Amino acid sequence: MKGITRFVKKLAILFGRGHFRNELDEEMAFHREQAERELVAGGMTREEARYAAMRRFGNAVRLREQSEETVGFRMESVVQDLRFALRQLRKNPGFAVTAIVILTMGIASSVAIFAFVDAALIKPLPYKDPSRLAILFESIPLGPRFHLSYPDYLDWKRENKVFSSLNIYDSGGMMLKTGDGLRKVDGAFVSAGFFRTLGVKPILGRDFYDGEDKPEAARTVLLSYSAWQKRFGGSSKALGQPVVLDGNTYTIIGVLPREFSFAPAEPSDFWGIKNAGGENNKCRGCHSLFGVARLKDGVTFATAFADIKSIAENLARQYPDSNRDQAAFMLPLAEVVVGDIRPVLLVVLGGAGLLLLIASVNVASLLLVRAESRKRETAVRGALGASPRRLVMQFVTEGLLLAVMGSVLGIVLARQGMQMLALLIPKDMMAAMPYLHDLGLGGRELAFAFVLAALAGALFSFTPIALFRFTDIREGLSQGGRGAAGVTWRRFGANLVVVELATAMVLLVGAGLLGKSFYRLLHTDIGMQPDHIATVHVEVPPEKYGKPEQQTALAREALRRIAVLPGVQTVGVTTKMPIEDADWTSGFSIIGRPDNGDHREVAVRFVSAGYMAALKTSLVSGRYFTDDEDTTKPLVVILNQTTAKQYFPGEDPVGKQIGFYGGGKPPVLIVGVINDIQEGQLDAAPRGAMYFPFYQSPNSGFTVLARTMQDERAILPSIESTLHDLDRGAALYNSVTMQQKIDDAPATYLHRSSAWLVSGFAAMALGLGVVGLYGVIAYSVSQRTREIGVRMALGAQRSAVYKLVMLQAVWLTAIGLGLGLACSVGASLLIRKLLFGVEAWDLSTLACVVVVLGAASLAASFLPAHRAASVNPTEALRAE
Amino acid sequence: MAKKSDLLPGTLDMLILKTLTRAPLHGYGIALSIKRLSDDVLTVEEGSLYPALQRLLLQGWVKAEWKMTETNRRARFYTLTAAGRKQLGIELTQFEQMIAAIGRVLADAQEA
Repeated sequence: MKGITRFVKKLAILFGRGHFRNELDEEMAFHREQAERELVAGGMTREEARYAAMRRFGNAVRLREQSEETVGFRMESVVQDLRFALRQLRKNPGFAVTAIVILTMGIASSVAIFAFVDAALIKPLPYKDPSRLAILFESIPLGPRFHLSYPDYLDWKRENKVFSSLNIYDSGGMMLKTGDGLRKVDGAFVSAGFFRTLGVKPILGRDFYDGEDKPEAARTVLLSYSAWQKRFGGSSKALGQPVVLDGNTYTIIGVLPREFSFAPAEPSDFWGIKNAGGENNKCRGCHSLFGVARLKDGVTFATAFADIKSIAENLARQYPDSNRDQAAFMLPLAEVVVGDIRPVLLVVLGGAGLLLLIASVNVASLLLVRAESRKRETAVRGALGASPRRLVMQFVTEGLLLAVMGSVLGIVLARQGMQMLALLIPKDMMAAMPYLHDLGLGGRELAFAFVLAALAGALFSFTPIALFRFTDIREGLSQGGRGAAGVTWRRFGANLVVVELATAMVLLVGAGLLGKSFYRLLHTDIGMQPDHIATVHVEVPPEKYGKPEQQTALAREALRRIAVLPGVQTVGVTTKMPIEDADWTSGFSIIGRPDNGDHREVAVRFVSAGYMAALKTSLVSGRYFTDDEDTTKPLVVILNQTTAKQYFPGEDPVGKQIGFYGGGKPPVLIVGVINDIQEGQLDAAPRGAMYFPFYQSPNSGFTVLARTMQDERAILPSIESTLHDLDRGAALYNSVTMQQKIDDAPATYLHRSSAWLVSGFAAMALGLGVVGLYGVIAYSVSQRTREIGVRMALGAQRSAVYKLVMLQAVWLTAIGLGLGLACSVGASLLIRKLLFGVEAWDLSTLACVVVVLGAASLAASFLPAHRAASVNPTEALRAE
Repeated sequence: MAKKSDLLPGTLDMLILKTLTRAPLHGYGIALSIKRLSDDVLTVEEGSLYPALQRLLLQGWVKAEWKMTETNRRARFYTLTAAGRKQLGIELTQFEQMIAAIGRVLADAQEA
């Protein structure tokens, strides 16, 4: 009750503040007049009496302030401090703008990158209990993340005791029949329980029912939300409509929620049911599926993994022909979705964090310089009766004000920045990262920005405060900024600049290593010359080109027509492009050699004779294919060098024969060995591969390659129109040049983006670090002008002055670089995963950075040294 | 000027309240009164009365109103309230207890 009346009274005083002040002033004036009158009556002169009365009364201004503090809210003094702080910043716009810009950049980059980290790594995936979901693979000697076959899926599903549900998906697009012929569309086939495993329900229509994937059931399909909007205008009439996918008719039965995505199979517009019928689904050696499973309650990931592994082992024993060395492999869904991008994001976030550290330290040292030059002001305010608390509060207010302004601007800039960064991601990669769609400034980003602002604010408030803890305020009055620079400042400023230089060094080394990795990646030997190659994918309706002769005739005609296009040198076809992945593999046996249970599996591609000529591969031994090698000729194969070394060590495989499991197939003669074409991503190790003549086992889908003399991009449209003229029903897609393919490949993109982003941060860090050092040296010179003047008056040479200043700079730089060196090696070890072809302690990178940073630092300190050496001793001494 | 003796901390409020038990006074009157009654031993820095008076006003222990003095000047007169009287009692008791305690300690010290 009492508290309330007091609050009301305070409030009344707050609103009638002028009145309150007037009354107080009047009362105090009255007091002094009375005293004065009494003293005059006691015999003093009027003048003496006035001073005596004032002395007796005390400091009226301070007393009024005290009275106001008694009745005022604490807020009032905050508002006063704030006004004063704003006035200070306005009075010194150079400082204010510099500090705010530096801080804004630092906070903006950190928040923008954090938004990516949040979208990718922190926000849970949009499924029910996403942490209980796992992706299942079959691991083969070529690697752990390969497809499984349909019969294996059925056995895993039946025999496991650890999953509440296990389903499969088959991603990679499909052929949609349209009025204009085939069109390649994004889509995936899934088993009936797929969406229930994820815990996703359609927003329109129904989900697949259990058993809808049985061979006899009618085929149905669900639409993604965007496909529904794009192709059916969001109309509910879409339900019940038929679509022809990969030659079968599917009925649309539902639409998935707008926010639904399943990154491992994205992009996908059509989610068709995976019908269990057909030959492929009975074949244990035909791999095209991945499993997705939900762990039973209480089952740990390790238990589940062990269970599924033992099932796979049993299958391998039971079906040695197809399942030998086919183990189970399992990863949490989140790991599959963001596993590749996680290290990149963390490294970039680390880079942004270091940049922010440098930026904050830079602003803090600016504040320190200012606090130093405001010592006198502080001393005066202290002498006039400002309490230490008020003085400290003033600095806190100014620091917080800077932090708040920097953060607010930083958040605005971060918003722009992250949209820009998102635009830089290639479309295909963006489609595979659906979680980035809801990139934005949410609560977590704002909280993150708030924490950064609070930390920066604390740093900015406490640096000047720490300065005053060491110095007596009163000293400031008498000293009046005279004499040698405050020792405390020099110590502090020097420490700060060492931190800046060390941080800049870490960023520069990181950028150097990532840049070098990226360079190495692009200049890695990919076994071909990727320049001047245009490629187009072709797929024709199987019902029109069902027979091998028809497919051969089509491919031959296509190549004949493209070969005569102006500027085309060589043409060829393949069933799978280089720089993708190692899919399409096959086991094989070597004729005349005992099968010791060794597993032999390599990547398999079907190519025309012109393919290798177009890529300009080199022949290690034997010969290339001839153009007339088709089904009428003996079967032949060309190995790559890795296969040759692995399975024919120390001998020439040419002339030997290989066979395939399943029997009944004639042996194949090895006619040549070529160098390794990079079949996986650029950073993948070389893999075993075999090439067969396309015309000996043709296909209704293939990729045409053309080596051109002029710009390969310019020829893509004429290749497309030639193919279109050949068969208007053919689907043409993924028309790219080989160079684009390399540039847009996921591994390239990850390396490039991390290299560029960290380099950007490092460049800014270099700038800030050098400017910081310049500031420290310049300030120390300006404070020592008098000292330098004295030295020179006493006969010091200009060279000695240079030495004096440069020595300080060299010392600071050396300590900064030394510390930086140690930190860089530590930091590089942390980013080892992202390095390619470079060691974490790459000497040339470290040396380069030391030279660059050292040179930049010395250049920055030369200016103030020069200024110091040009000091005119008489002027320097007189000026003070 | 008479020799000064610093007030014990916290006693200024009590002295003001006590001074006001006799009659309403303005600030200058309070200062004079304290000085006179203590035979010039207790001299407060006169201005420091005013923050203290604001504090007492806020607590509701004194009331203030503008009146004319005998010399026909406008001045703010402070009057003790009932709450103020009660507060004075509390403070006096506490003060006497403290003085008594100090006295006992000193007496003990003399005997020893």
